[in-house]
Amino acid sequence: MSYEVNGKTIEHDEEGYITNINEWELDLARAIAVDEGIDMTDEHWEVVNFLREYYSEYQIAPAVRVLVKAIKKKLGADKGSNKYLYELFPYGPAKQACKIAGLPKPTGCI
Amino acid sequence: MEDTETMFDTEGVTKNFMFLNRKAPYGTIYAQEVLELVLISAAFEQNAAIVFMDDGVYQIVKGHDPSVSGMKNFSPTYKVVEMEKEDAEEDEDIDMVWKIIVEKESMEARGLSTDDFIINVEVLGSQELSALMAEQDVVFGG
Repeated sequence: MSYEVNGKTIEHDEEGYITNINEWELDLARAIAVDEGIDMTDEHWEVVNFLREYYSEYQIAPAVRVLVKAIKKKLGADKGSNKYLYELFPYGPAKQACKIAGLPKPTGCI
Repeated sequence: MEDTETMFDTEGVTKNFMFLNRKAPYGTIYAQEVLELVLISAAFEQNAAIVFMDDGVYQIVKGHDPSVSGMKNFSPTYKVVEMEKEDAEEDEDIDMVWKIIVEKESMEARGLSTDDFIINVEVLGSQELSALMAEQDVVFGG
């Protein structure tokens, strides 16, 4: 199973998470977002970029609580909530945003 | 953080967990699995004493490079454990209490000091550690 982006073949698992995090690129993220039915806005990218930065520093995806807190700090209290994240990523912020960010499937529940 | 608990309501159920890390970080999966357990216990806001003893003290020594082993370098992830601990201390909405402990005898036998670790730790002798162990509800060994 693989994505085809810019003439490249990028392998993914049965749920669509890419196998090699180093193969991630912007066009791939856009393609996964289309598959997920998500129209990427600046707000979506903010979450995706945060996930990628956090992962590269700590080698793990953040807990949802950590993600909510970081968004709150960056974008203000009205956006620092689970509700806000679910509005952006209706099928689970951790699962969908991690998939678009090219990270492994998170072990937590959402 | 009243709106972050969406799937489980664990309010009122807080236990004291001890996680004993006794093995070197790579070569077996123990260290990584215990680390995962520790982080899950944070999601449920449980009290945790994370202990490094015997060869487990090597898990938090600075400068790991396991690239030749083909295993992921999860050493930076212990920083998350430290952040969870600090978060719990600062945020009054979080009730859990975390301790990060290195057993004195294990550290000294390996010629290490607290400066060699990637995170801040509390050093306890084996006597104090066994007293702490007796206070726990659950002890996970790894």
